[in-house]
Amino acid sequence: MSDHESEHEHHHANSRPLSEVELRVKALEQVLTEKGLVDPDAVDAIIETYEEKVGPRNGSRVVARAWSDPEYKKRLLKDGTSAIAELGYSGIQGEDMVVIENTADVHNLLVCTLCSCYPWPTLGLPPVWYKSAPYRSRAVSEPRKVLEEFGVSLPANTEIRVWDSTAELRYMVLPERPSGTDDMDEEALAELITRDSMIGVERLKPIDKGAS
Amino acid sequence: MNGVHDFGGMHGYGEINPEQNEPVFHDEWEKRVLGLFVPIMAASGMCVDEFRAQIELMGASNYLKTSYYEHWLHAFEKLLLTSGLVTEEELRSGKASMVDPAISPPVTVSDIPVITATGSSARRDGKAEPKFKKNDLVLVRNEHPTHHTRCPRYVRDKIGQIDRDHGVFVFPDTAAHGNGEKPQHCYSVKFSARELWGDNASESDSIYVDLWDDHLILG
Repeated sequence: MSDHESEHEHHHANSRPLSEVELRVKALEQVLTEKGLVDPDAVDAIIETYEEKVGPRNGSRVVARAWSDPEYKKRLLKDGTSAIAELGYSGIQGEDMVVIENTADVHNLLVCTLCSCYPWPTLGLPPVWYKSAPYRSRAVSEPRKVLEEFGVSLPANTEIRVWDSTAELRYMVLPERPSGTDDMDEEALAELITRDSMIGVERLKPIDKGAS
Repeated sequence: MNGVHDFGGMHGYGEINPEQNEPVFHDEWEKRVLGLFVPIMAASGMCVDEFRAQIELMGASNYLKTSYYEHWLHAFEKLLLTSGLVTEEELRSGKASMVDPAISPPVTVSDIPVITATGSSARRDGKAEPKFKKNDLVLVRNEHPTHHTRCPRYVRDKIGQIDRDHGVFVFPDTAAHGNGEKPQHCYSVKFSARELWGDNASESDSIYVDLWDDHLILG
């Protein structure tokens, strides 16, 4: 197993010397593999899970269901973890979920100022900007300026609620359903819903019925 | 600890500049680090609070000049050294100098779907009396511990209001240092933007922070 793995690694690294961090990662994985503490195939399976299976498509299906089914929406806002699990999404970094609702008057925004907590089962792994110092420092103290950098300008009387994920609760925003979507089914609705709208750095635009 | 990781409200970090069409990973080594999280936490028996505490101890300049997955790598190395599962020399050479036959078998491919879909909740079933109830005004203790805490600096000595009681959770401030889980109620506490940031903040805005019984006193 380990011979197979090191051939695999050499193949990747044929064009340039490995950086210091690459050497550290390689050494760590090799040592743990030799000791029988890590199975590299399991590492591959985790990578595949978060690269291909778990991502914001999951969250958009949750939101589309909530927009289409008022009873589901009630359950989702009351007990996010169970309602999200109904659609088959659960687990690491989403063990205890709280879903918060955007309305015409209230806009919610998520951040983790202390590290980079993020609801993996519904949104996947966090983007770099979410983990960065500029976002983590400013989202709590100047959310309106932050939103403007994302192209969202909110009236002064819109209530902004910023949620700092300092515990093991993971938050997700239920975006407001845009106008012009009344006759869309759940599948079509899911296509409209973006990752950023579920973090709260985007408001979904009304759908022009004349467009496709 | 009052570390550089506690970013809330700091100035000088510039604009956000989101990357358009960002890939899930930017390099192969980042994938390996992500993939090692589950096996390493299982092998070392460490909790996520111990993992975060190690990242916070990496030093301010080191923290700022390294990326998210480098923070993880640093914590892995420290946790494995602390638990005695690897030596400095092994991490340098990439060669195991000793193999302990007593160690339990590693996480395998067939475990991954269950582990990723289950995770490890910090919620605890045990009974603990909540010290506060919805709408109570609370004052955040003005404490500056040198150990790990999930109470950010920007809410200390500020008055907030209990928005909801999440139930009983592991207390990271003790769990991060092997001092027990000390399960207690964790609340979402609502602070007005003006309470935290002064009169120039919008009066429409508020910040919700999750805090535990031990962080709070009745306001």
